[in-house]
Amino acid sequence: MSDFAYDASHLLGAIVLLMSFALLYQNRLFSLLHVYSAQALTLAAAAAWKGYAHDETHLYVTAGLTLILKAIIIPIALHRIVVKLDIHRAVEPAMSIGATMIAGVSLVTLSILLVLPVTAEASALTREDMALSLSVVLLGLLMMISRRNAVSQVVGFMSIENGLILAAVGVAGMPLIVEMSVAFSVMVAFIIFGIFLFDIRERFDSLDIQKIEQYRGEQE
Amino acid sequence: MTFATAVLLQLVQLLVMLAVAPLLIGWIRWVKSRLVGRRGASPLQPWRDILRLLRKEPVLAHQASPLFRASPYLIFTAIWFAAALVPAFSTDLALAPTADLIALIGFLASARFFLALAGMDVGTSFGGLGSSREMLIAALAEPAMLMVVFSVAILFRTTSLAEIAAQILSHPVGLRISLALALISLLMVAIAENARIPVDNPATHLELTMVHEAMVLEYSGRHLALIEAASHVKLTLYVGLIACVFFPWGMATPGQGFAAGLWGLLTFGFKLVAAGTLLALFETSIAKMRVFRYGEFLGGALLLSLLGAIFLYVSRGV
Repeated sequence: MSDFAYDASHLLGAIVLLMSFALLYQNRLFSLLHVYSAQALTLAAAAAWKGYAHDETHLYVTAGLTLILKAIIIPIALHRIVVKLDIHRAVEPAMSIGATMIAGVSLVTLSILLVLPVTAEASALTREDMALSLSVVLLGLLMMISRRNAVSQVVGFMSIENGLILAAVGVAGMPLIVEMSVAFSVMVAFIIFGIFLFDIRERFDSLDIQKIEQYRGEQE
Repeated sequence: MTFATAVLLQLVQLLVMLAVAPLLIGWIRWVKSRLVGRRGASPLQPWRDILRLLRKEPVLAHQASPLFRASPYLIFTAIWFAAALVPAFSTDLALAPTADLIALIGFLASARFFLALAGMDVGTSFGGLGSSREMLIAALAEPAMLMVVFSVAILFRTTSLAEIAAQILSHPVGLRISLALALISLLMVAIAENARIPVDNPATHLELTMVHEAMVLEYSGRHLALIEAASHVKLTLYVGLIACVFFPWGMATPGQGFAAGLWGLLTFGFKLVAAGTLLALFETSIAKMRVFRYGEFLGGALLLSLLGAIFLYVSRGV
């Protein structure tokens, strides 16, 4: 693999990670959706570039799926949900943004520390891709636990899935059928989430998850 | 002979930095006013302002201490000297062996120290407010800049600017995650340090959120001219620094002739115009940030540079 091909895929992976940080940094719902769609776009570019560099045609399918589903359809749908439900347009973080960012960097360090010994024999590119995608997954989880609003939690979930696709693209030989099933399961999850959002809203008049907790039955 | 040319080039560099700095500001203002539909003053206007201010008599407050009078000279000298350290068009400078990134940060920090002291000297509330905010920004921006320096130093095994530029010119390192993160972080730091939107608005006086203007509110006449010139040179310095570390193409290296030096000057001019246009575009498309978000913005810069340093150890061939 030539130097330039390595450098470009390396940079695209880094941009996906950077977008995860940008997701954590946003404090408006609409810009959150824009950043999410930018992340999916970069992911599609990364997949297409890998397909081109390794001459693997099925990666183009992955890129196409990512582009259409996650960069266009899901953000537009979420956008419409936000408009339709007339949600308060500010993200309400459960912890301060600065603290979330610090936690994010520690998670990235953690994933590097985890990946380095496991992939000691693998090539630099695989090692780096694993580190990047694990970080994206962990940052998505962080986003889900650090936001109160259900829409931003959905975005966090979707960005976890972006990390999984990034890992799948990085590991040569991941069968297409697995990617397809991941993509479709996310689609199904998205639909379920959509219905849930409407349901939560109808029943509790709010998308703030904290207000639902008192109905869980654990508290006296 | 070679030493003589190095000294000559160093003098040219000093003069170029000083001459070009107000033009860069003027260019940014012109592009900005064009973008919002105004005709805009000529790019020469900052130069005219400085020359006019130099002729005017400074007015001092009764309680101003000698420090208040000395500060403009100290600030201007420190920043101008720092600008002389950043290779703009040729790496063959007499001061190149001393052109250390950490020394550069030291010069900028001492200039900021005196500016903050001068802001508090007369005892107006605006000055103190500006100084405290400047220090808040500095406390976050300086570590971020140092982290950037560390990643660059680990990658190139030197902190000398001239050597970094020469290394990039002779053996390209390619696209690196760490360099990309360092670039973004350095851009954020540069925006904050030069009091540009979204951190500070350079176009206003007497606004509650101002930082730089609040500190220099009490200055007039030639003192103000020096401080204004210093802030212009500082912006040019940051553009030169970013161009030197990340885009050194076109720069002359030792042993090349006169033509290479001229080409270096030409490309430096082009880089300044490009940077000014991009900055103007960025500033017109974004709104000023609340003071309480500075911490998040600069904390983000710090974390990005930290990530860049971390990623150096995952990538191949450190």
